Amino acid sequence: MRTIESSSGTATPDTLPPPSMAVWQHSHVLDLDDFTREEIELVFEIADAMAEVLTREVKKVPTLRGKTVVTLFYEPSTRTRASFELAAKNLSADTVSIDASKSSVVKGESLIDSLRTIQALGADIIVMRHSQSGAPYLAIQEVNSSIINAGDGWHAHPSQALLDLYTIRRHLGKTANLKIAIIGDIMHSRVARSNIWGMTTMGAKVVLCSPSTLLPRGLNSFIENCRLANVSIENNIERALENADVVMLLRLQMERQQSGLLPSLREYIQRYQVTTERLSLAKSNVLVMHPGPINEGIEISPEVAHGTQSVIEEQVSNGVAIRMALLYLIAGGKNK
Amino acid sequence: MAATLLISGGRILDPGQGIDKVADLLIAKGKITWIGDKGTAPNHSDLKTIDATGLVVCPGFIDLHCHLREPGFEDKETISTGTKAAAKGGFTTVCCMPNTNPPIDSQASIDYVKKVAEAEGIVQVLPIGCITKARQGKELTEMNELAEAGVIGFSDDGNPVASSRIMSLAMDYSQSLGLPIIDHCEDKELSDGGFMNDGWVSARLGLKGMPKAAEEIVVARDISLAQMTGARLHIAHVSTEGSVELVRRAKEKGMAVTAEVTPHHLTLTEERVMGGQLKKNKQLTYDTNAKVNPPLRTKEDITALIQGLKDGTIDAIATDHAPHTLVDKMCEFGLAAFGISGLETAFACLMSLVQDGRLDLKTIISKLTFEPARIIGTRFGELGSLKPGCRADVTIFDPNKEWVVDKSDFASKGKNTPFHGCHFKGKVRITIAAGQVVYKSE
Amino acid sequence: MLVLKPLASSRQEVFLMSERTLMSAEDIQRALVRVAHEIVEKNKGARDLVLVGMQTRGVPLASRLAATIQGLEGISIPVGSLDISLYRDDLSSLSLKPTVHRTDVPVDVTDKQIVLVDDVFYTGRSIRAAMDALMDLGRPQSIQLAVLVDRGHRELPIRADYVGKNIPTSKNEEIKVDIKEVDGEDRVIIVTSDKGASHEND
Repeated sequence: MRTIESSSGTATPDTLPPPSMAVWQHSHVLDLDDFTREEIELVFEIADAMAEVLTREVKKVPTLRGKTVVTLFYEPSTRTRASFELAAKNLSADTVSIDASKSSVVKGESLIDSLRTIQALGADIIVMRHSQSGAPYLAIQEVNSSIINAGDGWHAHPSQALLDLYTIRRHLGKTANLKIAIIGDIMHSRVARSNIWGMTTMGAKVVLCSPSTLLPRGLNSFIENCRLANVSIENNIERALENADVVMLLRLQMERQQSGLLPSLREYIQRYQVTTERLSLAKSNVLVMHPGPINEGIEISPEVAHGTQSVIEEQVSNGVAIRMALLYLIAGGKNK
Repeated sequence: MAATLLISGGRILDPGQGIDKVADLLIAKGKITWIGDKGTAPNHSDLKTIDATGLVVCPGFIDLHCHLREPGFEDKETISTGTKAAAKGGFTTVCCMPNTNPPIDSQASIDYVKKVAEAEGIVQVLPIGCITKARQGKELTEMNELAEAGVIGFSDDGNPVASSRIMSLAMDYSQSLGLPIIDHCEDKELSDGGFMNDGWVSARLGLKGMPKAAEEIVVARDISLAQMTGARLHIAHVSTEGSVELVRRAKEKGMAVTAEVTPHHLTLTEERVMGGQLKKNKQLTYDTNAKVNPPLRTKEDITALIQGLKDGTIDAIATDHAPHTLVDKMCEFGLAAFGISGLETAFACLMSLVQDGRLDLKTIISKLTFEPARIIGTRFGELGSLKPGCRADVTIFDPNKEWVVDKSDFASKGKNTPFHGCHFKGKVRITIAAGQVVYKSE
Repeated sequence: MLVLKPLASSRQEVFLMSERTLMSAEDIQRALVRVAHEIVEKNKGARDLVLVGMQTRGVPLASRLAATIQGLEGISIPVGSLDISLYRDDLSSLSLKPTVHRTDVPVDVTDKQIVLVDDVFYTGRSIRAAMDALMDLGRPQSIQLAVLVDRGHRELPIRADYVGKNIPTSKNEEIKVDIKEVDGEDRVIIVTSDKGASHEND
């Protein structure tokens, strides 16, 4: 496989041959820790094609006709679930959505039994979100359907990280050598973890900025043991934002203050909120991103959230194209 | 009716007596009667001979810490199946923890356990009584009554005794009885619902971690209280470098502090949870078979634990055998029960340390025989010894036998083991309890 | 020209591949010019004509046809590209196919005369998928098909309106079309694979 990056380090889609489908190695999409750079580029290529479909008046293609995609969500979600369902419907798949809070789970059914039932009903692809880290890894051992992880506990959210990288690429043309600051509650963030994997694979420099109580104690050791290049940790937001190409905010859950991890929201806002003034430390064409939902006035000021640098809404639209690409790859790539 | 048994030609290894030689051993009427040179045993009619050529013959292993789950959790294990598992593992005495349902906090429950053990157990079962009523950490149990009913010590295992005040009262009270307080050392506020060691693996897997300090804080507290009260303190399942150091210093001061370590803490690290994998681009797992409390720690901790065994800081090896049903373990990592079903893999695990040159065989056998016997005391006879006159508890093993762990072969109901499929070298061949052969392998 | 290329094989058989050139660059050019004339003739001019090339090699062929037609009629013909990956009926064999490219048709197809352009016409399944794709983009007035090479073996009742060259083939033969914009040169070759008699490799 030809290397994607040219000697100057700026690879653009037009100058490269598109990766061939033979690079795709996955029957499931659980996290980005085992995605090669070529696989990520492949997802982007296909997402580009899917994005074109989304500009049509009839946003439908028959690719997944006859396939059944089941979304199984143990945690509430608006955007991710709707995004996957729309993606599946746009590909003409049949979709079923299961809200675990209202299902037999309430009657005590275990995760494995729920998955087996769904498989027996004919699910080809299961998109699952669960509050326990590792739940999808249990799922792939127990059922034959393909699993796409829509978020497991604090651990991973691969489709979010892919759409984040895709959004960055659409604006800045590349990810290599960019300085990307991820600011917020890193400890509890599956978005941060998956982005760490994806961004380092694509050659970016990642700065994690967080109050110390919201950083996992083993984080430095994790970075070292997994040989993640170019990841640094910063407690000071001004240093994190300096000359950043991308600023990604993470939502601060209110419960963190209640469980004693922070003295007050006020202090968090004082030290870590990204305001217009703080944002001016970054590059002038900086991208402001957020996986949503936003706590306006907490991690991000309303001016920045709705400002010219914000691509937060575009992330959502890109999410549908990326998820269509993942469904396409998973549905097709099974017979390896 | 126990037969007269002659165990012939094996390497008799009894570190408590300083014996390590090829010899014959005679058992009659449930007791060891004679050890001597091959072929010189006194004559007996009705003699059965066991040929132990090439095998090692040592006192039956003693497990200071295991969970037999009966009464109350018979789906996980019963005294019958648990003792069968013990026999397979070479254990002839097991001390069962009181976190049953009802908990073993009264004479009635001890009598129940003793009765079932007598009727259905195939090895000796010695109960441990609760420190506090129902293990709630609030009121002391009637320790005197429990002592007279036959407990070897007191523990709320599964739970720490959270209140320092209650622990100091428990130590004061038990001190007069001469029985040890066995503490599961964990500051639950600090470990705060964590699932594994707080380190790089928990950071990577997105799992809440249990810091080493949560164990060390309570070890330090208990040692301080033991010093104040003069009580006997036994630290259950030590897992960290820091804990080993604290126990070492306490012993240097001459305190009556003892400690135990499990085979899994001596051989597995936190990486086992991930499937033992380090690099990117390999399939990850969240293996609930590696979920245990205290959690598997790091290489540095293993080194310190092994050193602790070598220099006498750690007195005994105990399995903390914790069987669970499939349902309890085959679920999301955060929801899975803590525990490893360890009786049947303990010995082979320890042998792997011998084969790697990290520990010698004599140390291992010591920590499984006369040293735990010392902690139990002599109320139940002299245990952990092949001295003539002692109960005939004998374990015969083949140090070179290669085998593969198959959990479906376990006598224990608990198939929750991280060693399934492991290739081991060293296997128990015959276990004799009170003169009866209670286990014999093919 | 007959080119013998012995191939090594793990078994003790040797597969011989032979290649023959069927159309040179000049042959291709002449065929395209003729097809362009036929398109104009059949459609009585170039009004409302849209050429849509099938990814990948149909796209430069469509561009060339459009250039020729522009030379004849003096009007500029819109050219689009169509990727049918999302319309295939063989999703599970994706791993062997190249990736999804963009579909890019710069005008509304409704009420237009669409001419699909492809390099090789074989079973007809790609063209069926292409028609579905075009229908999703709008309501063309008509769809016609121009192909450089028709190698026969139709599996569906679809025919080409314009054919550069008819090349009857058997199933163990393969038609390879090289187009300068994609492959660096223009030519059409036929590749035959024969199992040779067993003999040792070196």
